[in-house]
Amino acid sequence: MSLDDLYRDVILDHYSHPRNKGTLEGATVTREGANPLCGDEIRLSLVVRDGVVQDVRFDGKGCSISQASASMMTERIKGRPVQEAGRLIAAFKAMMRGETAGEEMGDLEALQGVRKFPVRVKCAILGWLTLEGALEEAAR
Amino acid sequence: MGIPATIRDDFPILRQRVNGKPLVYLDSASTSQKPRQVIEAVVRYYEEYNANIHRGVYSIAERATAEYEAARAKVARFLGAAEPAEIVFTRNITEALNLVAYAWGRRHIGGGDEILLTEMEHHSDLVPWQLLAQERGARLRHIPFDDQGRLILAGLDRLITPRTKIVSLVHVSNTFGTINPVAEIARAAHARGALVVVDGAQSAPHRRVNVRELGADFYGFTGHKMLAPMGTGGLWARRALLEEMDPFLGGGEMISDVWLDHATWNEVPWKFEAGTQDVGGVIGLGAAVEYLERLGMEAVEAHEREITAYALRRLRDAGIPGLTILGPGLEDRGGVVSFVIDGVHPHDISQVLDTEGVCVRAGHHCTKPLHRKLGLGASVRASFYVYTTKEEIDILARALLKTRDLFRVAG
Repeated sequence: MSLDDLYRDVILDHYSHPRNKGTLEGATVTREGANPLCGDEIRLSLVVRDGVVQDVRFDGKGCSISQASASMMTERIKGRPVQEAGRLIAAFKAMMRGETAGEEMGDLEALQGVRKFPVRVKCAILGWLTLEGALEEAAR
Repeated sequence: MGIPATIRDDFPILRQRVNGKPLVYLDSASTSQKPRQVIEAVVRYYEEYNANIHRGVYSIAERATAEYEAARAKVARFLGAAEPAEIVFTRNITEALNLVAYAWGRRHIGGGDEILLTEMEHHSDLVPWQLLAQERGARLRHIPFDDQGRLILAGLDRLITPRTKIVSLVHVSNTFGTINPVAEIARAAHARGALVVVDGAQSAPHRRVNVRELGADFYGFTGHKMLAPMGTGGLWARRALLEEMDPFLGGGEMISDVWLDHATWNEVPWKFEAGTQDVGGVIGLGAAVEYLERLGMEAVEAHEREITAYALRRLRDAGIPGLTILGPGLEDRGGVVSFVIDGVHPHDISQVLDTEGVCVRAGHHCTKPLHRKLGLGASVRASFYVYTTKEEIDILARALLKTRDLFRVAG
């Protein structure tokens, strides 16, 4: 196991320079997620309108993997249709299980290395599970 | 008489390499490693005289019973108890503290009564009292700690009131390492008629404890942190106190006689030992206590003090930017050093240290309220024991510099 597999440059970059960090004024849906055992926390706020994620911010505290994964996620879904975000959530979860993603993952592929460190998979996936809950809430 | 340099030969696990590096085990506050003398005692039980205790009249059952009760006598002597019957075996200290909250608390604590804890308690000394307080309508109060991780005793007279029934506190903090002034707090508690429960999870393994001089009414300990197998631990209390308590768990062994609709209780300590016990584990605990007695608890304490002093100095001098060490100075600190590094999350630190063979704990160490008060989600904890060396502290310091290099981009 090499640390380089886990801490890829793109991950460290998102950790030190998170994108879309903060809270959205006028969010249509907000959602919190946490890993109670390790203390990672993610708060998402989104504006979902006309079937599109118009805007998104994340906030939280936790390890580099949890925060970088959330940052990369917001970059990918901002301005994209809710359906596309849903497909990406499924693809990301598949990738973390070692299955074929079936979507173009781009930079997110850097997170594949986390699979070699099983206890850290839940860090990578926290933001995505939080997003899944938020989109379900938005659909109601 | 110090700890012999050959001590590491007694611990088979320490001989291995992890990720190509020698194993540097700095997580003894979570669980200690086990010497072969303990492992062999457990194996001998299973290979030579595995049988249930207090039942069979055949030879190996009698031997199992004798060894189990001999372990009780060893633990009683180790802790300074008046007699073996004052030691109740439990699975761990969590069960011991739950036993007190349930068997003493439910009889004696009512609506409006108060239970005084501290802000630095382990979850195992918080949650049982929360459950009891909710059930009985009692009130929980907490002794605060200062920015050095020391209990603030200035307001103790106001925190202990005529309604205070129990004062329960940790002897040595598993996060700060603080050695708390149990005797002083116990005097104040007893002056108002409250009983004192001491969480000895981090004291019994590391220093000479005499439960009768400590001022405690109940003292809980856990075997796996003191060289013994997991699944062993216990509770000390004076015989009279144990006798007037209700049972905790009901079942076999804890009874004197049973009818279809009621039962009478066995004598102490067996009244509290329902069901088949971890006999092999308890025999291992007896061997662990013998091992510690042979080393001498004064030598154990002196060794850990030397290692802790070296670690505090070495980490501060290593030039790790953004390093904050939690807890008090050396004079009232046990062998625990928790810390945080600005800009690097504890889980990432622990992950990098693992590639250097270094095992530390990263997280909240089951003291979430303590971490919340400090504004932290987690910290890194290095903790030491009889087998820890200064070379291992050097490896830790070097590995932390590597961590910092990797995450420099995050600074």
